[in-house]
Amino acid sequence: MNNLVNIKIDGNKYQVEAGKNLVDAAKENGIYIPTLCHFHNQDHALGTCRICTVIVNGKTTTSCTTKVNEGIEVEINTPELIDTRKAIIEMLFAEGNHFCPSCEKSGNCDLQNLAYDMGITVTRFPHVYSNKVVDFNSDRMIMESNRCILCMRCVEEVKTDEGKNIFSFVKRGINTRVQIDYEEEKKLTQSEAMHAMNLCPVGAILVKGMVYKEPFGDRKYDLVGKEKEAARKENFVKKGANNKFIVATTSLAGCFGCHMSLLDIDTDIVDVLEIVEFNKSPLTDIKKFSKRCDVGLIEGGCANSENIEVLKEFRKKCDILIAFGECAIMGGIPAMRNFVPLKECLEEAYINGLTSEIGANIIPNHEDIPKLLNNVYPCNEIVKIDYYIPGCPPDANHIWKVVKNILLNEEYSITHEEFKYD
Amino acid sequence: MNILWDIQKKRRCISRDDMTKISKAFNISRIELEGVISFYHFYHLKHAGKYTIYLNNSIISKYKDFYRVKKAFEKEIGIKTGHVTKDGLFGLFETSCIGLSDQETSALINFNAFTNLTPEKVKTLISKLRQGESLESLSNFPENNIQYTPEENKTVFFKPYHQGNALKKIIGIEPDSVIDLIKASKLSGRGGAFFPTGLKWQFCRDNKSDQKYIICNADEGEPGTFKDRVLMNEHPGLLIEGMTIAGYAVGATEGTIYLRAEYFYLKNKLEKTIKKFLEKGLLGKNILGIEGFDFNLNIHMGAGAYVCGEETALIASMEGKRGEPTTKEFFPVEKGYLGKPTVVNNVETLCAAARILEMGLDNYLAIGTKATPGTKLMSVSGDCNKPGIYEIEWGMKLKYFLDLIEAKDPHFILFNGFSGECLSSQDFDREISGENLLAEHIQFQLNDPIEYARKMSAVGLRSGGAFMIFDKTRDLLPILKNITDFFVAESCGICVPCRTGNFLLNKKLHKIKLCHADKNDLEEIKEWCSIIKQSSRCGLGKTSTNCLLTAMLKFPEEFNKCLLAESDINQAFNLEKAVDNYDKIINEIETTYE
Ligand SMILES: Cc1cc2nc3c(=O)[nH]c(=O)nc-3n(C[C@H](O)[C@H](O)[C@H](O)COP(=O)(O)O)c2cc1C
Ligand code: SF4
Ligand code: SF4
Ligand code: SF4
Repeated sequence: MNNLVNIKIDGNKYQVEAGKNLVDAAKENGIYIPTLCHFHNQDHALGTCRICTVIVNGKTTTSCTTKVNEGIEVEINTPELIDTRKAIIEMLFAEGNHFCPSCEKSGNCDLQNLAYDMGITVTRFPHVYSNKVVDFNSDRMIMESNRCILCMRCVEEVKTDEGKNIFSFVKRGINTRVQIDYEEEKKLTQSEAMHAMNLCPVGAILVKGMVYKEPFGDRKYDLVGKEKEAARKENFVKKGANNKFIVATTSLAGCFGCHMSLLDIDTDIVDVLEIVEFNKSPLTDIKKFSKRCDVGLIEGGCANSENIEVLKEFRKKCDILIAFGECAIMGGIPAMRNFVPLKECLEEAYINGLTSEIGANIIPNHEDIPKLLNNVYPCNEIVKIDYYIPGCPPDANHIWKVVKNILLNEEYSITHEEFKYD
Repeated sequence: MNILWDIQKKRRCISRDDMTKISKAFNISRIELEGVISFYHFYHLKHAGKYTIYLNNSIISKYKDFYRVKKAFEKEIGIKTGHVTKDGLFGLFETSCIGLSDQETSALINFNAFTNLTPEKVKTLISKLRQGESLESLSNFPENNIQYTPEENKTVFFKPYHQGNALKKIIGIEPDSVIDLIKASKLSGRGGAFFPTGLKWQFCRDNKSDQKYIICNADEGEPGTFKDRVLMNEHPGLLIEGMTIAGYAVGATEGTIYLRAEYFYLKNKLEKTIKKFLEKGLLGKNILGIEGFDFNLNIHMGAGAYVCGEETALIASMEGKRGEPTTKEFFPVEKGYLGKPTVVNNVETLCAAARILEMGLDNYLAIGTKATPGTKLMSVSGDCNKPGIYEIEWGMKLKYFLDLIEAKDPHFILFNGFSGECLSSQDFDREISGENLLAEHIQFQLNDPIEYARKMSAVGLRSGGAFMIFDKTRDLLPILKNITDFFVAESCGICVPCRTGNFLLNKKLHKIKLCHADKNDLEEIKEWCSIIKQSSRCGLGKTSTNCLLTAMLKFPEEFNKCLLAESDINQAFNLEKAVDNYDKIINEIETTYE
């Protein structure tokens, strides 16, 4: 190799080939800079996802658009930059509508993988829940804009033989989305179409009938980041009381799956009961709080007025509130109704649905029945949530471990394996 | 894009058939074309009315008569904003600042300007249009409102102009010497980025190529700025000479004025002036008899996108693409328009360059301050007696400037437009100049107002030219909300921090405005701002939070007065509101299925 230049990354010196882009140059030296829009053998950088943001000679820029040259000094892993990168990923989740449990790409998804890798359990940003287009009109492809991160890979890379674009951005700002040209799309060969689907870092481009090519449980990212440990949170110091810790649980707009999972711990429940006493909970059937609790476990988000009341009650009565399961964290499956007008939901369920009685044109309503909210909300948009346990549902051991760790103020010791569901 | 304009103007929309035809002609896919059309907000896919009305909704307009004027329009035409009448006669839309901030409330109807509108005027206007009077006869050409210039020998821009005087100075001077002259004058970009103009030209000159371009950035999209409009209206010839000189210096033979669509009414004048120059041999082939010195000019119309003021987006837009900024892997002076070296300069920069040649370096350097010689154009609007254009010598104290414009009770100032900063009385002793500047990241690290005042008192204020002033009766929050509204509408959508970050900030500000927020929300805003700043791709995202951040630093009381006590429960959540759809639906359904 000729043309070597000296560069500094986070204080260490390296020699790399001149003119290479920083992502690849760092990679060759074993330094990983996360990326989404960048891919191997790319002619010109897209620079759309901003995740590879670093500081070069004191200025923030993206590494995929930086060509290394003599003497540059790069900072990659400062706490601030790591947080910025994390924030960008979180923002992507808040912006799109990512329901991983029902996504074809889950397990093969670059976005999901980065989120795992950075230890993201919840996004700091409120979900936008905008109504996005899912376009089935093309004969072969589906464009799932809910998942698109607008990385531009498909726009730049997928062309017909005549060099025409098949995908294009339309509109601008928050309304920007990718649209397929149906006519041009027909001209692609099947393998080119598959290439487009695989090129997409998320599950936005789908070729009909071809999505479950790889079997479950054997996915691209299953082996990555095994040794990673989740970060320890330090602030909450809670001394153990003389006797037992009091725990309350509830299921709001969830499927009770998370509660089922709680019970999956089998006979170990005896150990749990040694340090824990349950108060209000479906497990005990205690309906009302009879005393103040140390920990409240919340399953499910808020879909109706009662959910809101219960959640607020929990916040008032519990010192620590933990949201467990995706529905509590981001609305989950019930939140999928946020994209359908409430009226249509109700009509479908009670009037036009197959199972509804013909002619019984009634939507249940009574002052004793809780009212449905316009939208389904994640718990943290209503009250402050102290901890999150992701999963759909989270594993029993996982849940109890976290609860125990919090109560006894121990270090978290959940490995990546235990923490990963797809 | 010119074709798209022709169709839009003639048919009032660009239909599917048109799109198919155009895409065939240009050999691109239809969807790519649709992507381009849908990027610009003056192109419509649906019929936009025979008379398309764009009402300016920026904050200055709102503080004048916007709401009443809007209501008057809606009442007279009988539709809500954002719609077109059934007969297709009128379409009513809102748009962001149209560069008439000193003559608000203003609107454009088929790109004819209507300034100082009142509800009464709207009424007569609409009825006259209905009777078939011509738009041109009804519209009022915007006034220049030049309020102030220094003494004659210290004035650079607004003094008598004689065609060709500046250009003739290049006779007998080598291009390199022209560049040296501009370098020595310390002229820096007046579009807001202040890149040294001489250096830019040098880079372009050094890039060997068979073809180079000079582009004049007349997109003037920064809300509250209108100096370029006045300059082009007053001295269109000066701009042309400036561009020709730039062409001579860097070796370019083609020039383009990228004129924002909001200034359609200036196009005619510019074209006429170009024609005059051609007739006189001051443009075209062998200019001034200098063998081989060719330069041609044309005008390219924008179509309503603030981000197209960003130079790489501007070039993309000229190439007929979506106006998305590029990654800066290459600068325009390396690979610009059609991949050739290109200089992009602001109107004021180019005019200044022409004047520097005309008046001579020494005379120019005698004006202004050491780091920033010469004068600066300021566009003043808001709460003062004399809004309009001011040509001031660099180095003027802000305090003195406020007297000049006869500001009443100044409380806060948006300096440099929406992407600039927010100034308070703390800053009134600073001078308007480029002296002692601090690096930006240091400036934004200051968290303590007192420390800020100490550090910044000697630091000059450098400005692209917008000066919006608000008195004690105005609330800061609606202004900041208006600013984020603007950035949400104008973000190109390429990168998530700007696209969604500004959207989320906007919601947060709304929450504060409604007094539902607590301290945590403020902390979050700060954190989010710096994330957006750090990771956005172009200047739009990088500067979109400047005003908000400086405002939070300087006017904490404006925010605190709206805060609630901290609590673990989100006070903004209103249960009644959150179930109102349900109540409505139950009512509706019960009646429909009775
Ligand atoms: C979002 C954005 C908008 C801009 N808008 C304008 C504009 O309207 N007019 C302008 O002259 N420069 C604008 N600029 C600055 C240009 O990118 C560029 O710096 C300028 O045209 C260079 O000319 P100058 O060196 O003469 O200032 C804008 C920059 C950004 C990032
Ligand atoms: S695209 Fe990725 S992150 Fe989005 S829902 Fe699918 S698996 Fe989850
Ligand atoms: S569809 Fe996929 S490849 Fe295309 S822009 Fe969206 S995320 Fe990127
Ligand atoms: S910062 Fe905003 S305007 Fe600039 S490229 Fe990103 S999305 Fe587009």
